[in-house]
Amino acid sequence: MKNKVSAMASWFDARPERPRLIGSRCRSCRSYFFPRESFACRNPACGAADLEEVPLSASGTLWSYTDNRYQPPAPYVSPEPFAPYAIAAVELADEKMVVLGQVANGVATADLQVGMRMELVVETLYSDDANEYLVWKWAPAAGSRS
Amino acid sequence: MSERQVAVLGVGMHPWGKWGRNFVEYGVAAARAALADAGIAWRDVQFVAGGETIRNGYPGFIAGASIAQALGWSGAQVTSCYGACAAGSQAVSVARAHILAGNCDVALVVGADTTPKGFFAPQAGERGDDPDWLRFRLLGATNPVYFALYARRRMELYGATDRDFAKVKVKNARHGLENPYARYRKLVTEEEVLASPMVSDPLRLLEICATSDGGAALVLTSMAYARRRTTDPVAISAVATVTPRYPNTVIEMPNFATDSAAAAPPPPVAFRDSIAAAAYAQAGIGPEDVDVAEVYDLSSALELDWYENIGLCPPGDAEKLLNDGVTTLGGRVPVNPSGGLSCFGEAIPAQAIAQVCELVWQLRGQAAGRQVEGAKIGVTVNQGLFGHGSSVVVQR
Ligand SMILES: [Zn+2]
Repeated sequence: MKNKVSAMASWFDARPERPRLIGSRCRSCRSYFFPRESFACRNPACGAADLEEVPLSASGTLWSYTDNRYQPPAPYVSPEPFAPYAIAAVELADEKMVVLGQVANGVATADLQVGMRMELVVETLYSDDANEYLVWKWAPAAGSRS
Repeated sequence: MSERQVAVLGVGMHPWGKWGRNFVEYGVAAARAALADAGIAWRDVQFVAGGETIRNGYPGFIAGASIAQALGWSGAQVTSCYGACAAGSQAVSVARAHILAGNCDVALVVGADTTPKGFFAPQAGERGDDPDWLRFRLLGATNPVYFALYARRRMELYGATDRDFAKVKVKNARHGLENPYARYRKLVTEEEVLASPMVSDPLRLLEICATSDGGAALVLTSMAYARRRTTDPVAISAVATVTPRYPNTVIEMPNFATDSAAAAPPPPVAFRDSIAAAAYAQAGIGPEDVDVAEVYDLSSALELDWYENIGLCPPGDAEKLLNDGVTTLGGRVPVNPSGGLSCFGEAIPAQAIAQVCELVWQLRGQAAGRQVEGAKIGVTVNQGLFGHGSSVVVQR
């Protein structure tokens, strides 16, 4: 049995019951950043050094989407044979930002519509001898499937 | 006319293609062509600015010096500029600044590239702090994935169709047909575009810019120097190399997320709209003064975005502009008469320089087979990875 680990632990809490992206928020102006900003707020009107780690919203609305039908180069670790996948850009309401992710296995662009509700899920990105590496993906929220 | 102009006395290119030779060779060929065009000897060049790319950027492969050495060390001052797709404009900007500061009279700007096959890939190794590496590892997000996200968004916002996108390709293929420096010189039909394989929905193979080898060069001089040699030189009246303003709310390659607009409202002018606007302001002109434009058509759909971004029409009207023939040769403001990236493919550090070469030929009336009649003012626009805007105004 392989260990299930986050493919990017500092960005993504992969616990299956509550998958969350981890960003940072400025304690002074409350700007959000993803991935985390390590030393200073990037709002030019602020620039404070006081940032806190926060989980980002786990759902949002679909801003745009596409797919990839040809195998990308390394460092993408592709299954053999290559399997196409969709990619979503999802707008988070509280954070007022758009975050990319692959779309859950089995969901094609024909299943997607700009404006639909999407939620964060955990899936396996790739495996090696020891580990299964988990990543965040976006999936149409329950009741949103077109 | 602005007093802060520099003259473009010579332009030259090495044809785009997949030649598989060292980039220095293309750079030297382009430089020699530009020097011959200007009637200036290499040893009279006082400053060399090279457009750089990371693949060429290893020790011993710094663009400006590598090409200067191949032309024969002459003691000229040198710099190399990296700004992804905007590298060439940064080289133009530095050379222009040296001329306007009185530091030199004659500068050579040169960029050249040799590209690998297929998708652009990030640097090798484990690079867990490099967003360009991580977007491939964690998302499998190639460049066309980002172009396709913009294309789908355009369809959603403005009702653009597959057929509109295909028409851009058809137009550019026709424009580039007789351009001796273009790599792809073949007419295509809408049906052929729409029958080409889907790469990233809604973009098809024939709608996505390829990667190419090529080289381009400019000889820039002070206006006083140019007027001693010619009566009516083409001049560069603006070079904008702007960055985004916070918060940048459009997803940019190679990022995973946009800035957050939670604390600060989006700027009144979005990044892509700010690029040519900055150049127009420098030159003291407006979009209504533009006779011809070279825009960065990384995809067919992106060319339509640029029509709006450079002020040729309001948001949502680009399809109408295209379908009315306004941006086709013979129309009011032809866009990409060179054939654009669609006919060239991208040779990154050379591309922004090549855009200027085309406008110079257009303004001199030397663009055989693709001439925009009576063109007096042209604008280039492009955008490089990591927030590099680039726009150059050329006028006569
Ligand atoms: Zn702040």
